[in-house]
Amino acid sequence: MFTHDIVIVGGGGAGLRAAIAAAEMSAKLSIAIVSKVYPMRSHTVSAEGGTAAVLRDFDSLDLHAKDTIFGADFLADQDAVEAFVTEAPGELIQLEHWGCPWSRDPDGRVSVRSFGGMSVDRTLFAADKTGFHLLHTLFQTSLKYDNIIRYDECFLTSLLVDDGKVCGVTSINLYTGRVEVIAGKTVILCTGGGGRIFPFTTNAAINTGDGMAAAYRAGVALKDMEFVQYHPTGLPGTGILITEASRGEGGWLKNKDGYRYLQDYGLGPPTDKPTHRKMELGPRDILSRCHMQELAKGRTFEGPYGHYVHLDLRHLGEEIINKKLPFVRELASKYVGIDPVYEPIPVRPVVHYMMGGISTDINAKTSLAGLYAAGETACVSLNGANRLGSNSLTELLVFGTRAGRTAAAYATTIAAPAAAAIDALAADEQRRLDRQFLRKDGGKERIATIRQEMQQAMEEGAGIYRDEQKMEKTCKTLRTLRERFKDIVIEDRGSTFNTEVMTAFELDFMLDVAEAVANSALKRRESRGSHTRTDFSKRDDENFLKHTLAYRTPDGPRIEYLPVTITRWQPEERKY
Amino acid sequence: MAEPTITLNVTRYRPGQDQAPTTQAYAVPYKQDWVVLDALNHIKDQIDGTLSYRWSCRMGVCGSCGMMVNGVPKLTCAAFLRDYYPHEIRVEPLVNFPIIRDLVIDMSDFLDKLKSVKPWIIRKEEKPVAQGEYLQTPAELEAFHQFTQCINCMLCYAACPVYGVEPKFLGPAAIALGYRYNMDSRDQGKEQRDVIGNHDGIWDCTFVGECSVVCPKDVDPAAAIQRSKVDTTKNWFQSILMPWGER
Amino acid sequence: MSGTRPDPSKLYRPKIPATWWLRKKSYFLFMLRELSSVFIALFLLVYLYQIYQLTRGPEAYVAFSRRLSSPGWIFFNLIALLFAVYHSVTWFQSTAVVLPVRLGERLVPRQIVTALHIGAWIVVSLGVLILFLALKG
Repeated sequence: MFTHDIVIVGGGGAGLRAAIAAAEMSAKLSIAIVSKVYPMRSHTVSAEGGTAAVLRDFDSLDLHAKDTIFGADFLADQDAVEAFVTEAPGELIQLEHWGCPWSRDPDGRVSVRSFGGMSVDRTLFAADKTGFHLLHTLFQTSLKYDNIIRYDECFLTSLLVDDGKVCGVTSINLYTGRVEVIAGKTVILCTGGGGRIFPFTTNAAINTGDGMAAAYRAGVALKDMEFVQYHPTGLPGTGILITEASRGEGGWLKNKDGYRYLQDYGLGPPTDKPTHRKMELGPRDILSRCHMQELAKGRTFEGPYGHYVHLDLRHLGEEIINKKLPFVRELASKYVGIDPVYEPIPVRPVVHYMMGGISTDINAKTSLAGLYAAGETACVSLNGANRLGSNSLTELLVFGTRAGRTAAAYATTIAAPAAAAIDALAADEQRRLDRQFLRKDGGKERIATIRQEMQQAMEEGAGIYRDEQKMEKTCKTLRTLRERFKDIVIEDRGSTFNTEVMTAFELDFMLDVAEAVANSALKRRESRGSHTRTDFSKRDDENFLKHTLAYRTPDGPRIEYLPVTITRWQPEERKY
Repeated sequence: MAEPTITLNVTRYRPGQDQAPTTQAYAVPYKQDWVVLDALNHIKDQIDGTLSYRWSCRMGVCGSCGMMVNGVPKLTCAAFLRDYYPHEIRVEPLVNFPIIRDLVIDMSDFLDKLKSVKPWIIRKEEKPVAQGEYLQTPAELEAFHQFTQCINCMLCYAACPVYGVEPKFLGPAAIALGYRYNMDSRDQGKEQRDVIGNHDGIWDCTFVGECSVVCPKDVDPAAAIQRSKVDTTKNWFQSILMPWGER
Repeated sequence: MSGTRPDPSKLYRPKIPATWWLRKKSYFLFMLRELSSVFIALFLLVYLYQIYQLTRGPEAYVAFSRRLSSPGWIFFNLIALLFAVYHSVTWFQSTAVVLPVRLGERLVPRQIVTALHIGAWIVVSLGVLILFLALKG
């Protein structure tokens, strides 16, 4: 058994940043990073567009806060937003000092670009592979610290909780197939989102909500799970992300008549050059809804993978595309055979981000002593009912640092967990895993079948437009799938690198996350941000200006509510 | 009319069970825009759940899915079935690495080497964050930018015959990363990256050049290595002829 | 630092065959490039020996030159010449990789840099040939 002061699960942007923050506080702290993949494979790597902070004179912290709160449809906790915008600039400059290759202005300063829902240019970028550069910079910098120990390819299976305090995690060491207990005084969950509960997503295979489900099972609430962001521009078929930066640089969205349709939905007037917060730089939830309405009017294209519209970049010219959007050009050429210099790219809305997650306060603390969470897996709430593009990468850094520092400070005040208690808990976990997965015999359901049915149910009931009937049906279907999951067949009996058992774990976690999403959505009888209902189409501040909390029970989630923290921005109508 | 299919001949290796790797043939549906990774996922989901391989982003940026496709190191998320159809496709784990299981290879040597080049900014004095960013012109960024693009997919190690016969060789990606930091105007740590100039570093390289040919991100590690040779040689002469000068 | 690693006893380590360079065209061409140095070295040895014969006087030199005009030696010289040309062309290709040439903001494509080197080499060679013929005449 390994024992550390801080055990961080997840080696993406938030996890690495938390580890570095803790490592810098004291060389005597022992910090573990437990990840089911090597850190440079984490999904942070796919982020493209940029990361926002107030760095220029024409900008202000209040403006960034207002944009964020407005974009969140007033469901964001304003104290969290204020802390976020204040700490964001320092975090991005720190990244620069660590070597991040930000794109630069001629005078040598870091460049900023326009992004959806932002009033001014404040999104820093590294060409159009910002997440890639951020992740690699953090990973390479983390190698400096001898007190950060990595447990690569260790799959989290549960949190160890003794006497109301978290005391570590159990994981499966993929190389041996055995349970690896990693004990710790504190645990920080940075396991990312769960987009793979949907059939069509920008998310990588690994985004299965593992940490969210683990916290949920340990009695921690999942907050605001119903808010799932659809990114308006993903490639049809694969769901591969085409960054918002392509619209920030001036790209146009056109329906099948070649018409810039966003002007019909209150986002006009259409201008040749992008105007902040208007047209193609509107917030993501509104743009995705516009696409669906165009579909309802029969004005979208129809292709082998369903409906799509055009993202036209031709007027930007080859030089700008090669300089600012080279990865977009590469992706479009490779995966849909389109060169955006000469032809418009086919795009459609695709599940991208979960605003909801493990409920934390503004210091990344959860309701379970010693447990923290940061990044997409957490819900502070910074992003409320809808996230603005380029706030997420910054969120990883700001709240990753907060989680690392808070956990480190707490770890120095408490004693190491008792080995006997941990051994007992670990033995229980080994028995559970043997029974349900590792030594499971028989079964007749294929893992892929249950997974696909879950994804179908989520698409039907928890998509862009929701109603009572469809959501109820989805909740029921998920309960049935939970039962059927007990009957899965596991063909791979090997212990070395058994990825079939891994996909079974992931499906197990995803079913929990999906239930939290669907049930939270069913109970929220209003439309706000990315949660849009055809039966309750208006925002209802009187009854629903509050966060949804989903608690796990054997029969499904129990829903409670938590008020939103309002400091200086009173809710108003959200018009762009 | 039956759906068209294509056959994949995939390496299988189960430690403890198999003495040596074997090959298993699978017939998968042929779809025009499927990549080899889609075919592998189909096998795992519908035909044989025991096949193990790594993958994640499916868009060529995470570096997980590198394998040998018909003897050429490729990202399987970027190898389209239509480029091979109707012929059979051989899918094998990356060569020059020990095999853990099926198509999964052991990367720990690579990660050790990555760390050994000290891939972080090293400075004599750090500027406080409150004072803002280090200024760096677009031209200074251009000088090392291409070498920042490495996704750690290790196709270059699979292509390098030197790494195959001499496992102590630092290798293309690690050296290119060290070079990236040496060329970054903000870095001052060239002397500390001495592992690059050692005899298992750049001097093991005989410029076969295959690393740059297979690199999916055009990092051109071969260029980084040869330029490092020129740099190191220049520095050595300078230190001999002008020992009083600052390097 | 890493806390988990694969168990070395369970890993399978494929052996690299000694004929690895026959499996791929690019590897084979690489070996030929390396071999070219051997032929250049051999040619140089013969050439040095020929110069040495010069110091031994006209009879020794003429006798040696006559031996060099046997078909075997001519064949050797031909092969050495081919290898020397291959060596030089690949050398110029390498030069283009090692020394990037910038014209303002843009990078000069490598094929052009190589072509310019080869062009200069041809010009110099022609110059030497013309000089030789002029001095001879």
